[in-house]
Amino acid sequence: MNISNQEYGKLAKRHSHPSAMYKTIPLAFVIGGGICVLGEALLNMYQAFGLDPDESGMWTSMTLIFLSAMFTGLKLYDRIAQHAGAGTLVPITGFANSVVSPALDFKSEGYVLGLGAKMFVIAGPVIVYGISASIVYGVIYYITTLF
Amino acid sequence: MDMLMEYVWAFLIGGLLCAIGQVLIDLTKLTPARILTSYVVAGVVLGGLGWYQPIVDLAGGGATVPLTGFGHLLAKGVRKAVDMNGFIGIFMGGFTSAAVGISAAIFFGLVAALIFKSGSKINEA
Amino acid sequence: MAICEGKTFKFGNASISEWASVVGKVEGEGPHGDEFDEVLEDNKDNMDTWEQAEAQLQKKALQHAMDKAKLCPEKMDLIFAGDLLNQCTGSSYGLKEFYIPFLGVYGACSTFAECLLLSACMVNAGYVDNCSAVTSSHFSSAERQFRFPLNYGGVRTPTSQWTATAAGAAILNSALKPPYIRAGTVGKIQDMGITDLNNMGAAMAGAAYDTISRHFKHMGTHPESYDVIVTGDLGQVGSDMLYELFQRDGVSLKEHHQDCGLLIYDRERQDVHAGGSGCGCSASMMCAHFLDRVKSGELKRILYVATGALMSPTMVQQGGSIPGIAHAVEISYT
Repeated sequence: MNISNQEYGKLAKRHSHPSAMYKTIPLAFVIGGGICVLGEALLNMYQAFGLDPDESGMWTSMTLIFLSAMFTGLKLYDRIAQHAGAGTLVPITGFANSVVSPALDFKSEGYVLGLGAKMFVIAGPVIVYGISASIVYGVIYYITTLF
Repeated sequence: MDMLMEYVWAFLIGGLLCAIGQVLIDLTKLTPARILTSYVVAGVVLGGLGWYQPIVDLAGGGATVPLTGFGHLLAKGVRKAVDMNGFIGIFMGGFTSAAVGISAAIFFGLVAALIFKSGSKINEA
Repeated sequence: MAICEGKTFKFGNASISEWASVVGKVEGEGPHGDEFDEVLEDNKDNMDTWEQAEAQLQKKALQHAMDKAKLCPEKMDLIFAGDLLNQCTGSSYGLKEFYIPFLGVYGACSTFAECLLLSACMVNAGYVDNCSAVTSSHFSSAERQFRFPLNYGGVRTPTSQWTATAAGAAILNSALKPPYIRAGTVGKIQDMGITDLNNMGAAMAGAAYDTISRHFKHMGTHPESYDVIVTGDLGQVGSDMLYELFQRDGVSLKEHHQDCGLLIYDRERQDVHAGGSGCGCSASMMCAHFLDRVKSGELKRILYVATGALMSPTMVQQGGSIPGIAHAVEISYT
């Protein structure tokens, strides 16, 4: 080849058009914001039922996760996500989608080694690093409580 | 009016957190899984520093629904558990506070997988 | 150090006697939808899993081609077949019931050209009478193996390509009728240092440039010598890069070039980003569109260059780059 990999890399970069950010970012904002407004409405609803704020938060998470699982099963979540981008990824519904979709998909490899084993193939790192970070924080916080 | 402002803030802050995620996707090579992970860890850090609670107070669902809110919840849980149980609380708090989210995702995931078949609407359209 | 030039094989009597294609629903709704032999109504095709559906695609494609050629499996001497899945699942499982001697081939999306080349060698050498080249790809099985679960809301970047649900089968023999396979150039593995999983076009353009240049040189031809130069599935990004690579040599390719990845879908209407890909993409486009036109003499001489990204998800996760490859097959009316 009469071209170096560096030059070729530049060529590739020049021809690889970036995402249409004027479209992707507003869509992510609006759809993501919309999901959060739904969350806020649920929070208020559960509080109106007489639950305390913490409990309402839990009920809200559960409801959103339920809705996300249902939309994923109905094959609608990924369709919305094609337009929403990070708008459906960042909310808790995106976490649920990342758990439900491999479960659905790997069912064909069996209930134990497929569905069961592959369920956290995408969301696993979220839990690993989330919990680990919380433990690191816990250690620091514990030390501060000693003084 | 207060009620309306609550929703406006939820929309703005929630939308902003998602838009930041979109900027990361468009401009960096971060994969979706990495973004989810960074958001949760960022939530733990901000929650631990006490910087996230004011955002939650302002935006409600706009701050708790995005995954940074999940991280914030983990930090809050650990703090509470350490206050109540001392050292062992370090290992209790995270999962205790995340219990509903994780359990719901596992259970609804299982149920959905039992009911539905895989496939993409995009592929069929 | 002198760089190995490779050889361009020339064939005296290898012709493609029949061919057939089977595609999925989205491809059937594309601009060439009415040219395929069969369009599936349901991409799972009444199978239990996507992998079985892909195997079924190959089975159907070969069956259609044998029906058209009025051949039974006993008359077939050899199959070269491949697909994108681990262990060439689509080929091994799809073709097992024919009981025809089988050689599995892996060349990522370049597999169909590789199979045609190997078939032409066997036919031209006189080892076999009827030899078949079959390849397939399936959007859903490829997505499962290489990317994410189907219902996961991961975001596709604009440079990513859409794996076509498609299969093509061609039967070669030494009957003296067009289209003839006149020459072939085997590609070299070209690693241009591209690491982006979602930019296969960029990973393959260098390989296409190298193979086409060598083919021109060995045959003494240039872009104007061909009615059309058909690349496998470079997509928009890869095609644009290919033009620029040739422009550096003062050669203008664009007017004589078409890309199967860009032809199979209507990118305005169908949300497939940079275009189609997969070994079924160029196989089905060749078998549905181009070979018919060479047979009728509408196209006199074409150069089919299928490109493949020899991507290993494991190596990419370990920080490795994506090597590309391209094989050229010259198909002619005379």
